[in-house]
Amino acid sequence: MAISITVNGQLHALDVDPTTPLLYVLSDDLGLRGPKFGCGLGQCGCCTVIVKGAPVRSCVTPLSTMANAEITTLDGLGTPEKPHPIQKAFIEEQAVQCGFCLSGVILTAKVALDRNPKATGAQLQQALSNVLCRCGAHTRMMKAIKRYQREGVRA
Amino acid sequence: MNRRDFLTRSSGALVVAFSSVGSVSDLFAQAPQPGRFDGPGTPQLDSWIAIGADGNVTAYTGKVELGHGLYTSQTQLVAEELCVPLARVKLIQGDTAVAPDQGTTSGSQSHPVNFNEGGLAQACATAREALLQMAAQRMGVPATILRVDEGIISGGGRASLTYADLIGGKKFNVTLNPSAKRKPMSEWTILGKPVQRLDIPALVTGQFEFVHNVRVPGMLHGRVVRPPEVGATLVSVDESSIGRMPGFVKIVVKKNFVGVVAEKPWQAAQMAVALKSQWTNGTGLPPQREFYEYLRNDKASRDSFTVNSKDVDEKLAKATKVVRATYRHPYQMHGSIGTSCAVADVQSGKATIWSPTQSVYPTRNTAAMLLGMKAEDVHVIFTMGAGCYGLNGADTVSYDAALMSQAVGRPVRVQLTRKDEMAWENYGTSYLIEQRVAVDAAGTIVAWDYEAWTPGLGGRPGYNNPGNVISGFLAGFAPQPFTPRSPAPDPTGYANNLNIAPSYVAGNVAGRKGGTGTVASERVLSHNLRSHFWTGPLRSPERLQNSFAHESIMDEVASAVGADPVAFRLKHLSDPRLVEVVKAAAKTAGWDARPSPQKAIRKTGVTRGRGISCVLYEGNNGYCALVAEIEVNQDTGSVTVKRFVAAQDCGPISNPDGLKNQVEGGIMQGMSRALGEEVTWDATKISSIDWRTYRPVYLGAELPVIDSVLINTPGVTADGAGETAITIVAGAIGNAIFDATGARIREAPFTPERVKAALASRQA
Repeated sequence: MAISITVNGQLHALDVDPTTPLLYVLSDDLGLRGPKFGCGLGQCGCCTVIVKGAPVRSCVTPLSTMANAEITTLDGLGTPEKPHPIQKAFIEEQAVQCGFCLSGVILTAKVALDRNPKATGAQLQQALSNVLCRCGAHTRMMKAIKRYQREGVRA
Repeated sequence: MNRRDFLTRSSGALVVAFSSVGSVSDLFAQAPQPGRFDGPGTPQLDSWIAIGADGNVTAYTGKVELGHGLYTSQTQLVAEELCVPLARVKLIQGDTAVAPDQGTTSGSQSHPVNFNEGGLAQACATAREALLQMAAQRMGVPATILRVDEGIISGGGRASLTYADLIGGKKFNVTLNPSAKRKPMSEWTILGKPVQRLDIPALVTGQFEFVHNVRVPGMLHGRVVRPPEVGATLVSVDESSIGRMPGFVKIVVKKNFVGVVAEKPWQAAQMAVALKSQWTNGTGLPPQREFYEYLRNDKASRDSFTVNSKDVDEKLAKATKVVRATYRHPYQMHGSIGTSCAVADVQSGKATIWSPTQSVYPTRNTAAMLLGMKAEDVHVIFTMGAGCYGLNGADTVSYDAALMSQAVGRPVRVQLTRKDEMAWENYGTSYLIEQRVAVDAAGTIVAWDYEAWTPGLGGRPGYNNPGNVISGFLAGFAPQPFTPRSPAPDPTGYANNLNIAPSYVAGNVAGRKGGTGTVASERVLSHNLRSHFWTGPLRSPERLQNSFAHESIMDEVASAVGADPVAFRLKHLSDPRLVEVVKAAAKTAGWDARPSPQKAIRKTGVTRGRGISCVLYEGNNGYCALVAEIEVNQDTGSVTVKRFVAAQDCGPISNPDGLKNQVEGGIMQGMSRALGEEVTWDATKISSIDWRTYRPVYLGAELPVIDSVLINTPGVTADGAGETAITIVAGAIGNAIFDATGARIREAPFTPERVKAALASRQA
């Protein structure tokens, strides 16, 4: 039986094993490049998507729990030509090395700041405490997130 | 950014024109130097540079983007040397069908090889001179009076000519000219500028094609099933345990290599878990608690001197004071954020592998060995993976995909699980280092004695050792042989590529001074041992471990003689550029010149301190000094770095913001390695298999401020820059902990437990 999900505004009816993690559906059935497999354990954030205004680790989220959900991925925020303000902030700060972790970093920070535009440094740290970057782009990423907070959060 | 799209879009003529590059480079193939992985390249200009019919430039390089910005800086180089805007350069990296064989992108060698007088830079300079010559001939004027702007050559009162007019779509048919002149740094308008990285817009919007995103028609999905214990061998697999699961395609077995192939990735994942397989017991592992003593007592060692002045024992005996200390550094892992992935299509006697390898040609040759094919029938296309920092699972997963694709005759994508990646990758190796440093009555170092024990197994496969990584080994290939040798022979030349010798020794070998320091009584003896675990280059391989020990004991000696750590270093350094970075870091940090530890330390609560360290990376490849300002919570043992100040001199800077990003990233990664990262094991297998059992620094950690001082030195060679700062992070932090608390910590990582133990021994 097909399960329907809406991804970046587009409705999909999927006839796949309902135990399949959402990540596999997004990246293999739908061919999206934003969410990525980092650990499969919900420990790093690479697979993060936004559902109902909350960050969700799609690698440990079975498709069956996502019926009729509206899902936003990194691909759905903006484009290289017209990046979302938080993506623009990352470009301006050049806050990337390999870029594999960005779904976790950008979407988790976006949710935290959309919920609380005046989040303190400590609150941002708390929000990102389970998000991993292995290249060590940490300080630039935090600068980009703070730039988004200053310049873009209500845009 | 999307290479496959580009190749599909590009004119057939271009691709066909360069399809013979592989065989051209084979003509010039030469044995790669041991320890260096730069490949033979090719002397044919057409293998590096092509001018399209539209006058746009396509450049081919064997040095690839690994998340460090090399795609952008190489594009800058090409644009600069060929005098065209960035947007008119297309860079093709690491494709065995079209790009030159530059071996491996590693060892901080991309700048030395491609940004000086050889490789890509030489190709660009040759092309510019050739184009000027062509224009001069057509115009009937000397080339010296012509100028090039945006791909248009003008001057001499004649109508200007474009690159397209001169050669558009045709070949140069010339060889690289070793005397072709690079554009002087003073004329650079693109290179040397903080150009934004060209790939970041696609990365931040989730549109970039990583190897993980490669999708090929008819593609299946594979998972590997690794042995349950180190050294276990396969007894049997029970196909009936998964054969009826939906999507099942095949179980692939080759000696001890086991993989499962399914129609969909989740099916393959479930099958890999469900597969019933029998294995022998493993070979057992030495207890981790006693591991460093195990290393010291392993007598099957291969011994080498980096330097041996043969008067060290005498100097030690006569010295006013001898500082002796033992340092321990664990195995650490690359632990790439994305587990390694590759796609292979092995059909009809031909193989194509989309691989995140740092080494497309070596991977081509070794994959061919595994597949029983000829190297020329294997096509490896570099496609970016997650940041690798060295030999992560990229090569091994390329073999995994190739073996499974060959077995099923269809394209197969393999992505490792987190555990398969972490339990079997080629770790940065462990080190036990014992040092004795003798000082005279004036507080000057008069002898330096170093002895180390370090295990190794496998490494980069190179062109002919697929057994140097786990999949090749499991499929039946042996790792490169290890031959014990003792006693160590006398060194024949000073080679300090691994920074085994400290910066403070003279490095006198065969009548020549090769080191950066003043201490002429010097003995540096290494014992290489066989490892139970796979090892290989991890960002600043061995240089980081050695530099931790060197920079720590230098601080201990300074303290023992009551000297300021900066002044004491300067007193024993002879290399002016190393002196310069030390001074620059200290100055920018506002270094408080006094001996360590600081006076009147409270034994509880939070205390602050500062430490310094420095290195000439690989003995000849980039200078860095680093100051760390830290806080230690003496009640919990936790260490927080408040600020780092790095001064780096890597010669002419290609991209200041890219360099800064690398310095910052290296420092953060170094901090993570210094404070928390350690491979662990139990009696039979690796136990650090995820991000709870292997502990890196998360984004939400309390982060330091990082100030970098970039020293742009013209008139010298361009050095590597990606591994320099990370090399000295543990030393700077450890020295700062000592300054703050008076407790010396000699084992990395500096976990709260170890810090507390060091603090407790101080109080005893």
